[in-house]
Amino acid sequence: MGVVIHEMSLRDGMHPKRHQISIEEMVSVASALDAAGVPLIEVTHGDGLGGASVNYGFPAHSDEEYLRAVVPKMKQARISALTLPGIGTVEDLRMAVDCGVQCIRVATHCTEADVAVQHIGISRELGAETVGFLMMAHMVTPEELVKQAKIMEDFGAEILYCTDSAGFMLPNDVTARIGALRSELRPETRIGFHGHHNLAMGVANSLAAIEAGADRIDSSCAGLGAGAGNTPTEVLVAVLDRMGVDTGIDLYGVMDVAEDLIVPMMEQPVRIDRDALILGYAGVYSSFLLFAQRAGAKYGVSSRDILVEMGRMKTVGGQEDLIEDVAMQLAKASS
Amino acid sequence: MAKAVIIGPGNIGTDLLYKALRSEHIEVVWSIGVVESSDGLRIAREHGVKTSHQGLEAVLDEVIADGVTIAFDATSAKYHPRHNELLTARGVRMIDLTPAAIGPYCIPPVNLEEHVDAPNVNMVTCGGQATIPMVAAVSRVQTVKYGEIVATVSSRSIGPGTRSNIDEFTRTTRAGIEAVGGARTGKAIIVINPAEPPIIMRDTIHCLTEDEPDQEAITASIHDMVREVQTYVPGYTLKNGPVFDGHRVTVWMEVEGLGDYLPKYAGNLDIMTSAALKTAELLAMRGLA
Repeated sequence: MGVVIHEMSLRDGMHPKRHQISIEEMVSVASALDAAGVPLIEVTHGDGLGGASVNYGFPAHSDEEYLRAVVPKMKQARISALTLPGIGTVEDLRMAVDCGVQCIRVATHCTEADVAVQHIGISRELGAETVGFLMMAHMVTPEELVKQAKIMEDFGAEILYCTDSAGFMLPNDVTARIGALRSELRPETRIGFHGHHNLAMGVANSLAAIEAGADRIDSSCAGLGAGAGNTPTEVLVAVLDRMGVDTGIDLYGVMDVAEDLIVPMMEQPVRIDRDALILGYAGVYSSFLLFAQRAGAKYGVSSRDILVEMGRMKTVGGQEDLIEDVAMQLAKASS
Repeated sequence: MAKAVIIGPGNIGTDLLYKALRSEHIEVVWSIGVVESSDGLRIAREHGVKTSHQGLEAVLDEVIADGVTIAFDATSAKYHPRHNELLTARGVRMIDLTPAAIGPYCIPPVNLEEHVDAPNVNMVTCGGQATIPMVAAVSRVQTVKYGEIVATVSSRSIGPGTRSNIDEFTRTTRAGIEAVGGARTGKAIIVINPAEPPIIMRDTIHCLTEDEPDQEAITASIHDMVREVQTYVPGYTLKNGPVFDGHRVTVWMEVEGLGDYLPKYAGNLDIMTSAALKTAELLAMRGLA
């Protein structure tokens, strides 16, 4: 059985780069991944199409500029784009497909699948491979996740993701969710898993997902991604190779992308520091990390306390706006 | 008292009905839906309001014969144009709570007076009603080159209409930020949070000013505007800010509702329905409807 590896360093990796990856870096990383046989590479603002904002950060270049630079350079790899309804619009999606994007991933919080109806429908209409991406999937039971996945499947999603945005899941959590999706969704629907490495479970969770029936796994060279990063591509490929699982990827190729291209791009080590660990431990959206660290420094409060409070408030992906508010409240409370 | 019809007895329409029951200027005499078992129609009947579950066209003549002069449309952008056509042709003033936006956008504390003669006014979106007054509070002091809002609402307060066309929310709100808020460029983001117990509506407004922000004048303007909105939405609260960071001005709002139909967390309903009712009351008081 083969597994499709979906590379995240040029989308999820935009978070630790504060969305400042240059066009040259995008093209050189994507070209090297393409040469290494990586079949699918995501390219957009970290928060998906249209993520450019005060709230999530203005990128060095627009989604369109990145896509127009990268797509024509690909020899075998397909390029995907992420979109979050409520942030990105159908117009953004049309633009992406016009740029040559062949796979559209429509992301919602794991209980709000029905807001994806327009985006999934248009993506199918435009002929893009269409993925439903259920974020923060640790917050619901496997049964509820199946219900939401079926909504997206009915809208036309061909691949359904269990997305561990907080890096909270342990392998058993992944097995239960992927297993439930595999047994309840249509046989032709494929299942994917997106992990974060906040509890160092990236590879273990990906293996659990494959074992339970997933054949699409997200990972990122050198782990470049939000929080403690994503499942490291080069490690996952090495492990799958040892297990005899075919990915079609040249191991040395992705090892070199990680070491020679991605690590030198990092503005800070992407690792399990205490804030990233608390994301995984408390089940908080991974992209909050740098926002909490900046707000903590500005208002003289602990970033860990900010993240714990964000978790206590049951915030979901996209609520970056509340981080500064929480920091100010914590500062007031301690003065 | 001006007589009114509510079309669309969903969350918005029913919350509006409860508020109109307390109005000294508006009397709702008809509530029109398309689902016989609708909770909203049952509530309307219990309050002595005539109802139909066969849509507007089936009862249009009766509605007109009953002296209705104001219509609130809380259906969807898809059906609003037809309702607008049928009713404005008969001289009924249309207050549009859908994102269709055939008429000019109306944010009461900012531009209600400008549109008292328009046959159709549009109430933008819940997020627009909650945030555009803040953008306008900054832009009336100095040029706002970019205005961005993030509206976070509880999952329970977002009905099927908004869910099936989420882009309409972002598009219409953005247009309102520019046209009424006075920002040169606007952006709107909506986040739906399913937490239980449900979260109260939160809105964050970021403005980027062209020049160095005049902190004192902007702060005063924001506080004045908050008081204006509180005259019709008492639970409109400045939680934090304004924070000034270079040319960025940010305020954090919370909007608690009165708990008329949905509980108090659904301030997004209240701010829409209260703005619509305030608009209708002004028309009634001026004898314009």
